[in-house]
Amino acid sequence: MNPSTRTDLEAALSDRPLTQGSLPRRAPWITLAAAIVIGLVLTSFGVATGLAALVTAVLYGVTIFAWSLAVEGPRKAKDRVVAAAVTSAFLLALAPLISVVVTVISNGVNRLDAEFFTYSMHGIVGEGGGVYHAITGTLLITAVATVISVPIGLLCAIYLVEYATGRLGRAITFFVDVMTGIPSIVAGLFAYALFALFFGPGVRMGVMGAVALSVLMIPIVVRSAEEMLRLVPNELREAAYALGVPKWRTILKVVLPTAMAGIATGVTLAIARVIGETAPLLVTVGITTGVNMNPFDDRMATLPVFAYRQFSSPGIPPEPAIDRAWTAALVLIAVVMLLNLAARLFSRLFAPRSRA
Amino acid sequence: MPVSERTSRSRVRAGDRVFAGLSTGAGALILAVLAGVATFLLVEAWPAVVAPSADIPGGQGITVYIWPLLFGTVLSAVLALLIAAPLAVAIALFITHYAPRRLAQGLGYLIDLLAAVPSIVYGLWGLAVLAPATVEASTWLYQNLGWIPLFAGPPSSTGRTMLVAALVLAVMVLPIITAVVREAFLQTPRLHEEAALALGATHWEMIRMTVLPFGRSAIIGASMLGLGRALGETMAVAMVLSVSGGVSINLISRSNPSTIAANIALDFPESTGIAVNTLIASGLVLFAVTLAVNMLARVVINRRRDFSGAN
Amino acid sequence: MAKRIDVADLNIYYDKTLAVQDVSLSIEPRSVTALIGPSGCGKSTFLRSLNRMHELIPRARVEGKVMVDGQDLYAPDVDPVTVRSHIGMVFQRPNPFPTMSIYDNVAAGIKLNAKRMPKSELDDIVERSLRQANLWDEVADRLHKPGSGLSGGQQQRLCIARAIAVQPDILLMDEPCSALDPISTQKIEDLIGELKADYTIVIVTHNMQQAARVSDVTGFFNLRGVGQPGHLVEIGDTATIFSAPSNKATEDYISGRFG
Repeated sequence: MNPSTRTDLEAALSDRPLTQGSLPRRAPWITLAAAIVIGLVLTSFGVATGLAALVTAVLYGVTIFAWSLAVEGPRKAKDRVVAAAVTSAFLLALAPLISVVVTVISNGVNRLDAEFFTYSMHGIVGEGGGVYHAITGTLLITAVATVISVPIGLLCAIYLVEYATGRLGRAITFFVDVMTGIPSIVAGLFAYALFALFFGPGVRMGVMGAVALSVLMIPIVVRSAEEMLRLVPNELREAAYALGVPKWRTILKVVLPTAMAGIATGVTLAIARVIGETAPLLVTVGITTGVNMNPFDDRMATLPVFAYRQFSSPGIPPEPAIDRAWTAALVLIAVVMLLNLAARLFSRLFAPRSRA
Repeated sequence: MPVSERTSRSRVRAGDRVFAGLSTGAGALILAVLAGVATFLLVEAWPAVVAPSADIPGGQGITVYIWPLLFGTVLSAVLALLIAAPLAVAIALFITHYAPRRLAQGLGYLIDLLAAVPSIVYGLWGLAVLAPATVEASTWLYQNLGWIPLFAGPPSSTGRTMLVAALVLAVMVLPIITAVVREAFLQTPRLHEEAALALGATHWEMIRMTVLPFGRSAIIGASMLGLGRALGETMAVAMVLSVSGGVSINLISRSNPSTIAANIALDFPESTGIAVNTLIASGLVLFAVTLAVNMLARVVINRRRDFSGAN
Repeated sequence: MAKRIDVADLNIYYDKTLAVQDVSLSIEPRSVTALIGPSGCGKSTFLRSLNRMHELIPRARVEGKVMVDGQDLYAPDVDPVTVRSHIGMVFQRPNPFPTMSIYDNVAAGIKLNAKRMPKSELDDIVERSLRQANLWDEVADRLHKPGSGLSGGQQQRLCIARAIAVQPDILLMDEPCSALDPISTQKIEDLIGELKADYTIVIVTHNMQQAARVSDVTGFFNLRGVGQPGHLVEIGDTATIFSAPSNKATEDYISGRFG
């Protein structure tokens, strides 16, 4: 290539200096601090927090863009604005999380007392009462749902990993994924329709709720168990086969124990997913005021439905019921978060080596 | 001892056959359940389909009953998606390509927590916090942009509007979309990112040249997953939305179409007879729509998986 | 425009770990310099510090000077993004952008660095870069097909075309043939010989025959022991290094592979 044929433009490209104007290292922080100060001043003048935050973000973006454009050129300016926008998006997403947690805690602590956990709503009008019956109901129904879902989900995952070949395997994988998207209310209607065929319309039973929850839970169990089983190294299986161990005993004695911690994590997450479900229980289990320990007979109270009913039909005066609703929501959110936390700890403590 | 050897071997075979049969059965059960959902809903919905129009709640037949609900369902879900999808992509980018790498996992977990909050809690929060907080903004929209049909008003004084329902739904589907997109962005080959940087691309130019094209079908698939979830979300909408029936795209007033799922939750406990069948028929419609959306989403996501596998 | 490189007292770190210690060398313009040495001796790390790619790894950093025609790449006001647009790089595995056509791959760097350019001018640059990379004849009829459809050797030449389209001062190659078959390797080696007329080329290679074939100057990197930083043992005329190295370690390494 003869250099003399280079175009002017290319020459310009090549002769650009390496040094370019650049903002001082602390420029973004200075700008951000200034924007925040202006935002705070706005709030002190009575501007809503959300609006002030928006002004702060926009102010920061515009300032850094203009400053960078003047000193560093358009490419760097765009780079900085995108960084600011992406960070703002993340912070924006944290806002509802923080707001939900703060709201639920501050409204829920009012009734966070011993009576709340030891009393049912039997014969309660107005103040007092508790969620004892709803907690037992939730535990019972979730337990039954787990008992249904885990064996089916686990066996299905074993099929997918150890036995599946060709079409059926692919179809099941696909529809397990699709099944995770079934709306929970549809799962509830399915359980209702199923039981209504045998027991007549208007039937309400705890086990119906468990069936509905199972429809939601099975695909989650399958997905996580499948992932964990695939992490089990093939050498382990081959070592067992080489010793003459039949396939089914290899799966039971070698593969499953190896993946057990991961599967337990997945099951815990699945329980966390369904324990807060309201809609399917609303149409299958309903609500009642007393303790019902028989999942095959009549209505049962559950924590999420309890919170909903206390809020939607509080009675007169409404305050005690609404307080109970918030406290039930607080208990629910705490249970779900604890389950999530337990699952994460579980997976961290027993993480298979191949995760690295 | 040939005899005992044969029996032990046949016992082994039997054990294998039983176990293989059990697990295959469990797999087939998944397909059966999905088919069962469709079948049982259809059976219980059928009386409403064949019933005379006058017997259906509203008295004008099942199509007239379900259509506004379907409209409300789609409107709220699409709005939620329009809000959530761009945010989710930005958040996924932040977590994978902007946040300090040591923090990335923890920050991702924070977003996942949004998905862990039960919908009943979102309903309470939407009603108590978000709805009142939007009243001022709705009023402003009505006064300044009222000529746009979306903001025709008059603004609701409680804030229980379609806009708020969509916002709550957006918060709920945000973590679902983010999780899928984040996973895809993480899989962008380092090799391609380095190629862009070595050419003298800025961080954002590198993302536009490699990360976004690589994650494009994941973004589409994840958005459709989010859409599916928003279409079927029940309690939060049931609690937040003030419903009047009818069809309207007015986002800030107190008369809104309900959604299928919310309508079932609100009416089912007090319904009997043909009304129950009608609600189940609407549930069947919801099932069909979400099934279609989810299947499409999975096809898109799986196709991407094939692509990246080949690389 | 080929430029010379002078490295002085360069120390390269990953976080607190010193990976490459105290490298000083000079590279003449319009020459090919090969860097050889055992795995993990820091030759790739050194190469990536020449276009400031090394610092992309979190908490990685560099001390010392890398002068390109007298200008220090690590001076405080130097912009790493601009540095990279001046110093091209070709990687171990061919990495054309999979979502872009062959044409767009070659034009990618220009589109980043130049604002607007008439279509015809861009066409010219793409054609010339592909011709320079000895790829034009093979792809002229499918410029707008994706680059991922090419063979491995073609993809690597596409990556070379992409790197030279922006007329860099220096071309860095990080084991460019390690993923290629012998015939593709030969084509790339021939190409390196041609490109030498316009560019300063630094190539890292595991293959000593390749270093002997393509380079004018060879530098040998080694580790003093496990866990010790890599360092430059000696650098000199390729013929001398391969026939009469002055250092025992170099001789062992070379004869170990040849013998």
